[in-house]
Parts: sequence; C-alpha cells; structure tokens
Amino acid sequence: MSVAIYIAVMAIVTYLIRMIPFAFFRKKIKSRFFRSFLYYIPYAVLSAMTIPAIFYSTGNIVTAIVGTVTAFVLSYFNLPLIVVALSAAGMSFVAGLF
Amino acid sequence: MKSDFFRGISHGIPIALGYLSVSFGFGIKAVNAGLSVFAASAISATNLTSAGQAAGVDIIAVGGTIIEMILVQLTINIRYSLMALSLSQKLDGKFTFPHRLIASYGITDEIFAVCSAQKQRLTPAYMYGIILISSVGWVTGTALGAAAGQLLPESVSGALGIVLYGMFMAVIIPPARKQFSVLLVVIVSALESVLFRYLFTAVSTGFAVIISAIVASVTGALFFPIKDTEENNL
Repeated sequence: MSVAIYIAVMAIVTYLIRMIPFAFFRKKIKSRFFRSFLYYIPYAVLSAMTIPAIFYSTGNIVTAIVGTVTAFVLSYFNLPLIVVALSAAGMSFVAGLF
Repeated sequence: MKSDFFRGISHGIPIALGYLSVSFGFGIKAVNAGLSVFAASAISATNLTSAGQAAGVDIIAVGGTIIEMILVQLTINIRYSLMALSLSQKLDGKFTFPHRLIASYGITDEIFAVCSAQKQRLTPAYMYGIILISSVGWVTGTALGAAAGQLLPESVSGALGIVLYGMFMAVIIPPARKQFSVLLVVIVSALESVLFRYLFTAVSTGFAVIISAIVASVTGALFFPIKDTEENNL
C-alpha cells in the first residue's frame, strides 16, 4: 500500500479527533466510567508501546537495557522529558562503545 | 491581536525546543522503518503528535491494514478529544467556527497544558502563535533526524532510537509513582503487551497496543474511577 495513503489516513483521523469536540461540543462528558477510561488511556497506551519495544529500540539489547534503566531512574526523580529522553540515548551510546 | 500572537510565540518557545529534540528521535525511527525524509516530515507536519506517529510508523513498516491504522490512531489520540473539549469552554468570542477548524490542528499535550494554565480566555491569535512555533520545532526536528539518521554512524542512530521511548517513560512514571491506580494500569498494559509480543504473536503490533490499552484502562476505570479533580490532569 502507498505510504501516502497511510499518512493521509493518520492525518485525517488525528485531525477529526481534535476538531470535532473543539468545533462542535460545549457540554462535559457526564459518565464517570467513561471519564475514568479516558483518563487512564494515555498511560496505558504509552506503557504498551514502550514495553517491551524499548528493549529493541537501539538494535542491541544491552545498550537498550542501559538506556531503559537510565530513563527509569531519571523519570522516577521527575526530571523533564527532554533530559530523560536524551540521557537515555546518551547512556545507550556510551554503553555501545564497550 | 498582534500582541496576543507574539505572546503565543513566546509561550511556545520552550515547547518548540522540547519538540525539536524529541522529533529528532522520531525522524530517525521513521527512516529506520524505511520511510523517506520527506514522508517522515510530512507525517510530523500533518499529525503533530508523538505516540500516534510512532505507532503509525510501526504499522507502515509492517504493511498493516488501514482499519488497523484508523483504530490505532483513534485509541492513542482519543485523549485529544477531552483536551479539545476542555479548551472549547475557554475560548474568547473571537474564536469563530473557521478559527476553531484551524486551531484544533494544534491541540497537543504540551500546548493543551500551556493553554489551560492561561488566566484569560484564549484568542485565535494566541493559539496560532503557540501552534506555529511548536509545529516548526516539531517538523524541523523530524527532518533533521530523518536526514541525519541516514548519515550518522549506526552506533549513534541506534542509540537515538530510544529517545521517544525515553520520553514515554518520563510521561508514565511520575504519575505511576504518585497514584496507585495509574501504576496498576501501566503494569497491566505492559504485561499484556509482553504476552502479545512473545505468546500471542498472531496479533499484529497495532491491535496488541489497542487491546492492551483498552483492557488496562477499563480495569482502572472499574476499580479506580477518578474523582472530578483528577480530570484536570488530562
């Protein structure tokens, strides 16, 4: 399938998700269950995307583990996203030198 | 009008700098997955979101179906609907329907966070300022990452492949540490994802993410429904 079709589908779906409530809705969602579900969704999605994929993200399981541990420790101590992300890559690179 | 626009630009500068480095990682990932520099930049320019783009590239790389792509984007990005809903209550009278159609393009986690923190009502000019500078950072970083990914030695581009995942961990871990329910959801979702990866390998990557996330979030919503105040953290 053409890459352009995939990109168009991604773009349209993502735009509509943002546009429909922004342009049309005014009222709040009342269902507590649905609001709770939406609250947890980002964390659940990111978790499923990260584990176990992060261990294959550098092409070398050892450097990936070093990067993952780095990211875990730094985010545990609430460091900013950018610091966590770049340090994980930096430590993976350093581990790859050995 | 004009000063609102520049206020938006200045509020968007930190976001743009953050995006620049994170999207660099996305650019590398996209090229590693077989996409061109142009395709990677086009994805960033039209989607302006990290997790959804990363999952989208995974689906393109394995030649997944369009249905899968639609469902993955819906599941991952549905949170923007809530943010859009919340911001829609905060708009200035100048925000006519055409302005809403344009500005909705730029509702991201970070832009939402900055806009929600504003004391005054949001004007189109203000939002256009933030969105413009942020999206320039996002697309520039992607293009640089995608181009450099082809030039950099493998030791460097390999290590940079972890950038986006590092950012995801930085989003998940602090709230999981503070709130038991989030920790539970994160662990349930990760366990499911591991099962799909090694045991139920017939399920494609995209659907594995969707199923894992939905089951984990339903579990969280059933056992730990949120109080009204937590909703504001979205």
